[in-house]
Amino acid sequence: MGWMFDFLNSSIGKKIQMAITGVLLCLFLIIHLIGNLFLFAGPHAFNTYVETLSAVRPIVRSIELILTLIFLGHIFNGIRLIIANRQATSVKYAVNKARENSTIVSRTMGITGSVIFIFLAVHLSTIWYTFQLEHGGGKFFDIVMSNNIGFGNLIVTIFYMIAMFLLGFHLRHGFQSAFQTFGWNHTKYKSIIEVVAVFFWLILPVGFLMIPLYFGLLGGGN
Amino acid sequence: MKVTVKIWRQKDSRSKGSFQTYPVDNISEEMSFFEMLDMLNESLVKQGEKPVAFDHDCREGICGTCGMFINGRAHGPISGITTCQLHMRRFNDGDTIVVEPWRAKAFPVIQDLVVDRTSFDRIMLSGGYISINSGGAPDANAIPISKISADIAMDGASCIGCGACVATCKNSSAMLFVSAKVSQFAVLPQGQVERKERVQNMVTSMDEEGFGNCTNTYACEAECPKEISVAHIARMNREFLKANLSG
Ligand code: HEM
Ligand code: SF4
Ligand code: FES
Repeated sequence: MGWMFDFLNSSIGKKIQMAITGVLLCLFLIIHLIGNLFLFAGPHAFNTYVETLSAVRPIVRSIELILTLIFLGHIFNGIRLIIANRQATSVKYAVNKARENSTIVSRTMGITGSVIFIFLAVHLSTIWYTFQLEHGGGKFFDIVMSNNIGFGNLIVTIFYMIAMFLLGFHLRHGFQSAFQTFGWNHTKYKSIIEVVAVFFWLILPVGFLMIPLYFGLLGGGN
Repeated sequence: MKVTVKIWRQKDSRSKGSFQTYPVDNISEEMSFFEMLDMLNESLVKQGEKPVAFDHDCREGICGTCGMFINGRAHGPISGITTCQLHMRRFNDGDTIVVEPWRAKAFPVIQDLVVDRTSFDRIMLSGGYISINSGGAPDANAIPISKISADIAMDGASCIGCGACVATCKNSSAMLFVSAKVSQFAVLPQGQVERKERVQNMVTSMDEEGFGNCTNTYACEAECPKEISVAHIARMNREFLKANLSG
């Protein structure tokens, strides 16, 4: 088992953990967005969808447990990376034209990740938590639209939109980066990965962003 | 041409160091950047001051010693060259040029622009070699090697160990250097004997020397004077994964 520990603690081992958890989180986003799209079908459709999920609660709870472990793995390793990299760098350059050799999205993964983390904490402690307290009764749609924790609140709306925008940033770099980490950098696959990446860094975040935009800013659903 | 150079001066590894500004006049556009520095140093010596210490050897882009950060870029503003290949015509009359040593924990400053890069040597010692039997020289053509493998190995071997990849990386990661060295042996039949131990030992050594963790910004590839591709890093990740997971 010692080799396993050494491997997971090595620089490449940490990268690989980042990449595996990152890609799994991307897959979770697909499922989450599909569910959220029921909002556009109206209160009845959305409430029925959430009630259906409540009916299979043990399954949902098991998936949530796995998801929590994935998130914790990603965040734990992300923080480890950030700390180790702080320690590896010395004095900052007086002049550094990083713009000329790398993209801003690749240089701000820790920042965009941290904002997503804050979003996650807010989202779980408000909407997710309130959902857990409800048992049927068809209130779920109203919770999402509520004036304090939902899109009836302009601050919540704008915060959700910023977070989804930065999620797109995170994945603009993160998705293709994961494949580089797995060792899948080959001219044969590169263009395929780039195309698939568009789904994850553009279409998914825009899909999420549509919800606060439509219900919060454009007054949809009223 | 006349330029102002703002150079990092540091007496030794323990001193603090600071920027000093010097005007340099009568420069011709054909001069190399180092000839300009030579001129500056001559005038400093005449004034009884200590000349600026900087590493250089071949001055033809092959030894890799001449690392320095110029105006915010490793080896200056032009891609694909070392500092010794940089000419003054790349600057404008009246420019201020900021010159800094490589910055990374694993490359401590020894003096002025000179840094200690022996961490690279220790990584090489940990696995950058192959074992061959002594005796009569074997026929070079007796081992078949595909053109593709030979090209990949040659690309990796073209790394001159200059350290620009580390210097430019926001994480001070040495992945491009180490991956070039791992690749150059991994794709050749001669490198198979130590293939597994090599990648494990070199990555361990890299981590122990205090280099950072790669986050795939690819700044290294953009600044490498030999334009070594990050595809080598992907290969090293693969090699490392395989070496660890196989029995
Ligand atoms: C839905 C949420 C998230 C998704 C889908 C996601 C996805 C990804 C992906 C695919 C990667 C690339 C892995 C690689 O380069 O090998 C990555 C890297 C990273 N993530 Fe996240 N992430 C999420 C949340 C977070 C959070 C909450 C943090 C908070 C600390 C974070 C911090 C980082 C860091 C520091 C990196 C490393 C940068 C790199 O290696 O390129 N991420 N993420
Ligand atoms: S990989 Fe390129 S930048 Fe890094 S040490 Fe080798 S030649 Fe220099
Ligand atoms: S002095 Fe040898 S590469 Fe520049």
